[in-house]
Amino acid sequence: MSLSRKTAVAGVFEHPTRFAPDKTLFQIMAESVRGALDDAGLTIKDVNGLCTTGIGMSGMGIVGFCDYLNLTPNFVDSTSIGGSSFVAHTAHAAAAIHAGLCDVCVVVYGSTAASSRFAIGTGGGGAGGGAGDPCDQYEIPFGPTTVGSYAMVAQRHMHDYGTTPQQLAEIAVTMRLHASMNPAAKYRDPITVEDVLASRIISSPLHLLDCCIISDGGGALVITSAERARDLKKKPVYILGAGETVRHAARGQRDFLEIAAAQSGRLAFERAGVAHKDIDMAMIYDSFTITVLVTLENLGFCKRGEGGAFVSGGRLRFDGEFPINTDGGGLSSNHPGMRGIFLVIEATKQLRGECGPRQVKDCKIALAHGTGGTLGTRHSGATLILSNQ
Amino acid sequence: MAEQTQAKKYSKPLPHLDEENRPWWEALQRHELYIQKCGKCGDLRYYPRALCTNCMSSDTKWIKCSGRGKVYTFTTTYQNQAPGFRESLPYIMAYVELDEGLKMLTNLVDCTPEQAKIGMPVEVVYEDVTPAVTLAKFRPAR
Repeated sequence: MSLSRKTAVAGVFEHPTRFAPDKTLFQIMAESVRGALDDAGLTIKDVNGLCTTGIGMSGMGIVGFCDYLNLTPNFVDSTSIGGSSFVAHTAHAAAAIHAGLCDVCVVVYGSTAASSRFAIGTGGGGAGGGAGDPCDQYEIPFGPTTVGSYAMVAQRHMHDYGTTPQQLAEIAVTMRLHASMNPAAKYRDPITVEDVLASRIISSPLHLLDCCIISDGGGALVITSAERARDLKKKPVYILGAGETVRHAARGQRDFLEIAAAQSGRLAFERAGVAHKDIDMAMIYDSFTITVLVTLENLGFCKRGEGGAFVSGGRLRFDGEFPINTDGGGLSSNHPGMRGIFLVIEATKQLRGECGPRQVKDCKIALAHGTGGTLGTRHSGATLILSNQ
Repeated sequence: MAEQTQAKKYSKPLPHLDEENRPWWEALQRHELYIQKCGKCGDLRYYPRALCTNCMSSDTKWIKCSGRGKVYTFTTTYQNQAPGFRESLPYIMAYVELDEGLKMLTNLVDCTPEQAKIGMPVEVVYEDVTPAVTLAKFRPAR
């Protein structure tokens, strides 16, 4: 049974805040829900499904947020697989609506990662979420960090394929160019490849400017049936296909340059019934520059080892051959600990033609791919393909 | 007494020992490194588990490693705010591919960041960090 075009993104909202030291994450989330419902032309009374997770809430935080908003939904999903969670939530919401479990499902995220001073990339013992799981016991004694885990993938990619620091740096430069056209972006002053290479090494070979920023923020999506979405305020953005999976050390036998995107991407393309050449723009989780490069390879936009050339020469710019992350990405716009929700928000805005100076021309089909966790130890991947037709 | 003083000073995170991994950690205390092999299907695995991920058999054989391998990948960490590590920057974290074929996360020691290379032959060194815990780290092969 295909889900293609049975459901749609009917409303989106990106919270404008990048620093909110006196707001709770529930306030940011609630304001985001209101914004997305306003965008769709729906009210809180229409909502009977909810998906959320976060880095600042408890394991049962979704129940607490229902308490805050006085919600008693028929469908709840708090899948927590890192920054990709909200891309997966979107697919879960679509499946739930198609199965009749709910009618209008809100996907929401909020975080005060910056003002709470979470050392997301370079703190804590565990590379991923925690440090208490059995798999963590063989890692925490050796000083894993989130940056370090991605850095080990970058090191191996450079070794195997001659990928250069300059090629990785161009990804950061392109994201900053896009951020300069996004009034809400946290960092908007242009940077050069030389600036990236001159920034200090956090974990070799990754420099400070190869790493995403830390901000506060939040956002929300409203998902409903395609039929209902057609009667709402905004032009529907249809969900064509999705896929999700995980990758890990595979009992000591992993090929570390093969990532979750290879499987989640293949599933999403098969289910959507579209080809790579049909994708007009993509939102690729950019926790680090290397994340973008290996994700593009694993999604199949280029062959393994060709990522360095693929991202070079301005090809990823909003006006380039393969535009990605037109909001400025996690590298320059916002990264409140997890940013999967913003991938779906920006892709939706592009498909509606709402992106002003950074609008991709003739954008009909977009892909969003979230990576959660740590690429070199354990991570998740979730892919979503959307269309305005 | 000397050991107790060392245990007090050691501030990096320590692993949790339990039924399925205790033999492995105890072997490290004797300065021996093991991986597991399924007694039923022969599948090799690291880290230690109570059952085979391929056939789910609990029949587990312990294979003693040569302690030699090659660097599969590595990173030199210059920023980590976690206690124990922020005092020992920079340090090198690496996956070593053991001669037996499995990759394990570890630290490279007695090795400068400039020296570290993918493919570099390495050998195990045992670091007795507390009376209960010995860590397997690797240095350039001599």
